[in-house]
Amino acid sequence: MILGIDVGGTHTDAVLIDHLRVLKKAKALTNPENLLSSLLEVTTELVDEATIDQLERVVLSTTISTNAIVQHKVDPVGIMAVSGPGLPPALLQIDSNTHILSGYLNHRGIEIATIDQEEASRIASRFRSEGIRNVGIIGKFSTRNPKQELELREIVRKLDHDPLQHVSLGHRMSGRLNFPRRIATAYLNEAIFRPYQRFVTQVLRFVHTRKITIPIYILKADGGTFDIAQSVEYPVQTILSGPAASIMGILATTGCGSDAIALDIGGTTTDIALFAAGVPLFEAFGVTIEGHRTLIRGLRTKSIGVGGDSVVRVREGRIFIGPEREGVAAACGGPFPTPTDAMIVLGMTVIGDAEKAAASLTPIAAALNCPVVEAARAIFDETCRKIAGHVRAVLDETNNRPVYTIHEMLEGKKLNPRTLYVVGGPAGPLAPELGRLLDCEAHIPIHAEVANAIGAALARTTAEMTLLADTERRTLTIAEEGFQTPIPPDFTMEDAIRIGREKLREKVLGMGAVEVEPEIEVVEAQEFNMVRDYHTSGKNIRVKVQVKPGCIADLRRGDALCR
Amino acid sequence: MPLKPQKRTGLIFFPAFDWAISPCHPEREERLLYTQDQVFEEGLLDFDNIREYKPGIATAEDINRAHICVPDAGSVVTESHLISAGGAITAAEKVLSGEVDNAFALVRPPGHHAMLVVHGARGFCNVNIEAIMIEYIRHHYGPKRIAVVDTDCHHGDGTQDIYWNDPDTLCISIHQDGRTLYPGTGFRDEFGGPNALGATVNIPLPPQTSDVGFLMVLDRVILPILDAFKPDLIVNSAGQDNHYTDPITNMRFSAQGYALLNERLAPDICVLEGGYSIEKALPYVNVGIILAMAGLDYSHVREPDYDPLSLRQSPDITRAIEEEARAVMGLWRERHEMKRRVVGANRYMKRKKFIYYDTDGISERQEETVRVCDDCGGLVMIESVADTGNSVFAVILPGRCCPECRNDGELFFERTNRGKHIRVYFQDRERGVFLVK
Repeated sequence: MILGIDVGGTHTDAVLIDHLRVLKKAKALTNPENLLSSLLEVTTELVDEATIDQLERVVLSTTISTNAIVQHKVDPVGIMAVSGPGLPPALLQIDSNTHILSGYLNHRGIEIATIDQEEASRIASRFRSEGIRNVGIIGKFSTRNPKQELELREIVRKLDHDPLQHVSLGHRMSGRLNFPRRIATAYLNEAIFRPYQRFVTQVLRFVHTRKITIPIYILKADGGTFDIAQSVEYPVQTILSGPAASIMGILATTGCGSDAIALDIGGTTTDIALFAAGVPLFEAFGVTIEGHRTLIRGLRTKSIGVGGDSVVRVREGRIFIGPEREGVAAACGGPFPTPTDAMIVLGMTVIGDAEKAAASLTPIAAALNCPVVEAARAIFDETCRKIAGHVRAVLDETNNRPVYTIHEMLEGKKLNPRTLYVVGGPAGPLAPELGRLLDCEAHIPIHAEVANAIGAALARTTAEMTLLADTERRTLTIAEEGFQTPIPPDFTMEDAIRIGREKLREKVLGMGAVEVEPEIEVVEAQEFNMVRDYHTSGKNIRVKVQVKPGCIADLRRGDALCR
Repeated sequence: MPLKPQKRTGLIFFPAFDWAISPCHPEREERLLYTQDQVFEEGLLDFDNIREYKPGIATAEDINRAHICVPDAGSVVTESHLISAGGAITAAEKVLSGEVDNAFALVRPPGHHAMLVVHGARGFCNVNIEAIMIEYIRHHYGPKRIAVVDTDCHHGDGTQDIYWNDPDTLCISIHQDGRTLYPGTGFRDEFGGPNALGATVNIPLPPQTSDVGFLMVLDRVILPILDAFKPDLIVNSAGQDNHYTDPITNMRFSAQGYALLNERLAPDICVLEGGYSIEKALPYVNVGIILAMAGLDYSHVREPDYDPLSLRQSPDITRAIEEEARAVMGLWRERHEMKRRVVGANRYMKRKKFIYYDTDGISERQEETVRVCDDCGGLVMIESVADTGNSVFAVILPGRCCPECRNDGELFFERTNRGKHIRVYFQDRERGVFLVK
């Protein structure tokens, strides 16, 4: 049996799943001051002393990290950035606690300028005197060689033995290149370090109280899970795991194995996601949160300002939906007409006071010079048209994503979804029309109200790893693992792939993967001759391996949760 | 930092990581690898005013507007060339549609040594990606005055050849003196065909020219001529082999110099050409150019071993460049009076060319005949024989073709039979017609 819990900002949901069947589900209000009570409450009906022993897996998804960032409830972070030449520091600044330090590595990780010990000590002392407890150390091209980041950490450590101080190193955040994003990622990791630690403490108390002895997992932004103990070091991995949970929930309840569109239509916004052959798409460089562009691998979702409670207005004879939401639908006592009111008038849904809904549409009908029902129809159509338009734009953007080899260019697979999944409040009334507009078969998945908890429960452990072998320098680097090893000059691509597979397997098993042989995929394998003075002086081999998001083994592609 | 107006810059990045001339050739897979690393690591693609686009794929029709390919376009190009040219076209599309203010096609393989007639590859180039782009622009957006400023270290002889007789295309090339570097041409007396004198301008520079020298030529020659020409579009054939670390040239240009040049030149479209210091120059030069085009501060971009003092040019070189600039401007001011002297009483002018395709080892003999015309660029006829055994004849009508040249050209094509030629071509640049018999 698997217990899935989604700790949202408002509600905490839980599901108990056994052999492709949702046995029980429950909902409780989230008490941000006392998460333990919410966790205990939501699980009261789901598990008792007898079922606890049958649990194989407990997975939580949480909006704690996301909310801390969105609501600016974060700690100050001291940033030590080794920038070298390139972009001007003015374009990097995160806040007044960011310092640009001497030192410089080039694109191959060769040290061009050393760091200045004295300067580094001075800045570290300054952090201390200013009461900054969290520090991010980030170097340009540190994924090519972590040397300078490690040196700086030693300096910070020497200065302060206070166990409360915590340091994030840029190269451990991701193997990808992007210095400004590396800074933002390390910054966020530290900024939410303590709030997230408090969450983990509450969860561990819950585990203790319920006498759960099996490992606990946390859902990440990429729709995969990792062990709660690991999550403490890398809380930034849990940002935006809310939409990821919902997408994984749709995957689990539909068994989607084809190209598909998934829409989560809420009151304020609609989240758009895409599946390629049943696999949710990633954000190309990393997810963005509150203007912070990060290197965190996350599912690609686009949020648009159209929802059931969006404000409806008429300007110059045209209907406009959203993007603002000024409260609930008029039928439920809200101040403005909304698409929900239109659906009530059209008899598509029964919520609130139908007369209030009709009354709210009267000025719209007057402006359009038509009966109220016709106005309702026009609002409904415009809502669908607008959502469909955004979906098409997201599809176009995805299909036009740049590629870098002739092979990819000519083989370029395009997404062509014929399936549409819709969840959220107004899913029922909107799905058929959206399906028609997008030329897709529309489905409303079951258990949609607890999709996030189901998604968390059934998500598999995921990870990616970037390997760089430079046979001229005779080094193999896996930056995000802090791994660097000498290699012989005749090291090959096959060697790199083999090591990548081994290391990734070890990694996901360490993260708590249930499969002994996880499904590892080689995402990138490129090999370049390095030529100096017309002789091949070595090879530059680049390999990226991953375990992609999906549902755990007993839910194979094409299977779905039973009703 | 002085505030500069930001521009929306389009980037078409296509490093063709799976294409090389041969494994150790300068034009190989690795060429843009470190540039990509640097562009990614600096996070340039995250700027709101820098947008990356996927290249399109050029068609045979696109190539046939700019070239006479022997025997046909399909035989002289590979997919990589079609994507490279397609990338340049995408850059133009984004600029002309107003989606961006300027665009940089960071694509390979390059093209500026590819001439009007193509029997094979020369100077690592098969087809001329700028010319294909320019003719695409004219075909889809109407006749335009376009200036190509070739800042590659090698003379842009291919582009010069294609537009030799076109008064609407200004080809300015600055390069290392042809007496010291491939392709051995590009002297100031190469000044355009009889109907397009001054639409070809060459400024050879002595080896060891540094930032100061390049910027002097920009200020004293290139910008004044552009001012007078009043182009609708400026294209930079942006070679990066003037860099002080380039292994196959002898110049001393720097990443700062390249950025400054692009800021002042303000090209609408940049197309990457040569540049083979793939590790020590390209990453920095390209980041500099992209920042300059986007109106972002590039003052912190520099190479790891950059030392302005050791790169200073000697006073002798400065004097030589000043002299060359004066001479070129003197010639250029006389461009209108020059025609009578050059043409005399001739109704047709001929020039003979011997072209060597170094990459493919092909030799070609060519005779080009142009009708002397005061109303358009003039009808051009080319007879070309290569040592592959291929002999062809081509009739070419210019853009904005006058009725007389059109009439004569159509007649010539109609009356010329294949005979000893394997093909006879008719290229109408004005109407975008391409016929073969």
